[in-house]
Amino acid sequence: MKLLENLLNHCRTKSPWLFHMNSGSCNGCDIELVASIAPRYDVEQLGIHLEGSPRHADILCITGPVTYNTLNAVKTVYGQVPHPKAVVALGSCAASCNAFAGSPTVVGPLHRHIPVDVYVPGCPPRPDAIIEGIAKAAELLGRTERKPLTDDDLKDLEPCAGLCEAERAEGDAPCK
Amino acid sequence: MQITTAILRLLIFPGLFFAVPAAWFFLYVERKTIARMQQRIGPPLLQPFYDFVKLLGKESPKYHHIQDLLLKLWPALSVAVLLAALALIPVFPSKGGFSGDLILLITLLELPSIFYMLAGFTSRSVYGKVGSMREASLSLSSNLLFLTAVMMIAVSAHTFRLSELAVPAASAARWLGVAAIVLCIPAKLRLNPFSTSSAEQEIYSGPLTEYSGSDLALWELAHGLEWLALSGFVVSLSFPRTGFILADAGIFAFLCIALVVVLATVAAATARLTIDRSVRFYWRWSVALAVVFLASAVLFRR
Repeated sequence: MKLLENLLNHCRTKSPWLFHMNSGSCNGCDIELVASIAPRYDVEQLGIHLEGSPRHADILCITGPVTYNTLNAVKTVYGQVPHPKAVVALGSCAASCNAFAGSPTVVGPLHRHIPVDVYVPGCPPRPDAIIEGIAKAAELLGRTERKPLTDDDLKDLEPCAGLCEAERAEGDAPCK
Repeated sequence: MQITTAILRLLIFPGLFFAVPAAWFFLYVERKTIARMQQRIGPPLLQPFYDFVKLLGKESPKYHHIQDLLLKLWPALSVAVLLAALALIPVFPSKGGFSGDLILLITLLELPSIFYMLAGFTSRSVYGKVGSMREASLSLSSNLLFLTAVMMIAVSAHTFRLSELAVPAASAARWLGVAAIVLCIPAKLRLNPFSTSSAEQEIYSGPLTEYSGSDLALWELAHGLEWLALSGFVVSLSFPRTGFILADAGIFAFLCIALVVVLATVAAATARLTIDRSVRFYWRWSVALAVVFLASAVLFRR
């Protein structure tokens, strides 16, 4: 059994499939992500493959500061990626809302809504950095101790859209 | 044929134990060829194996009763049907084989495409339905050419028995038919330029959009087995037998891999055609070639 589990974990690190999602990004990070999976960087050597459906993916790459409109989509897509999965927050926006912090339509950063495994900062990050981030997320996928998150785990992470509205009413920036 | 030989053929050669690694190898050759065409290094040799094992270890979403059952059934049936098709392919006709005929083999080769369509409709995903409809129209148009070619080969050889068809008969009808079948393979394997049914930039993954985990792994395996079965079918109809088993097996394997390289090169060098253009491509060729085929089938009769 131990051997099979090791084999499975090894295969998980060797075959990370991505799903790319834009949560209100300015497109800068999206262009860099596309550049990093183009032939010049040849990420297929690492087994990385961009998939069309979140159901096929292992790693969710999210760009952007999470706007009010995209919040539900982000949560839905996170739920659609089957376990085991990892989340890569691409760019400074996903990590800290960057220039959009304090905007009334921005409810980010990302880690307030879904658990984030790897941050790739930069505005936009270079393709080399993105590939390194994805490779680190792939290593995380191969760890046996990763268990599916329960609803209890997600509860703490989820100041839902309503709470952010309350914060805004108090005059607080939703992004501190 | 004895029951033990039949079981050996299904399980060992050319069945499960041989066909599954061979299918992975063919997927590797396809991906590697495309990578080399794009001046990349490409995936490692074991990449299809890694993908398969990883997908086996992923969770699958649960659907309601009959939908869940059907969604699991289609990929499993595809793999089973393709393994049966592989057992029928006459690589060594003199050594005997399953006593199936051409019609059975064609049916078995056609079923995975029907299961693929049904998977899209069963998943009730809007992308799946669009993908299935595209697959259906492409299958209808490419099969006209495919079936006419197969018919011509059978009529010119006066037989439907696979073991007799495989014995070299280098007639013009045979070569014309084999060329027409090769022309249909990209549509059957959903390769560029006929990859509209799984066009990920438009409809995500087409019929497979809602699949994940072990069912998706079986679909990947079925795709590899389809490569193996179709290239094996074409090569077994066309290569000259030397009479020595090892030499025959070597030539057979080499020609199969060469066919995969050629088709992957075409896939890497072309862009995706829209569905109406792909359908028009096959209908145009079909009408012209069907006349030639039927005429030559009569003319080149043995």
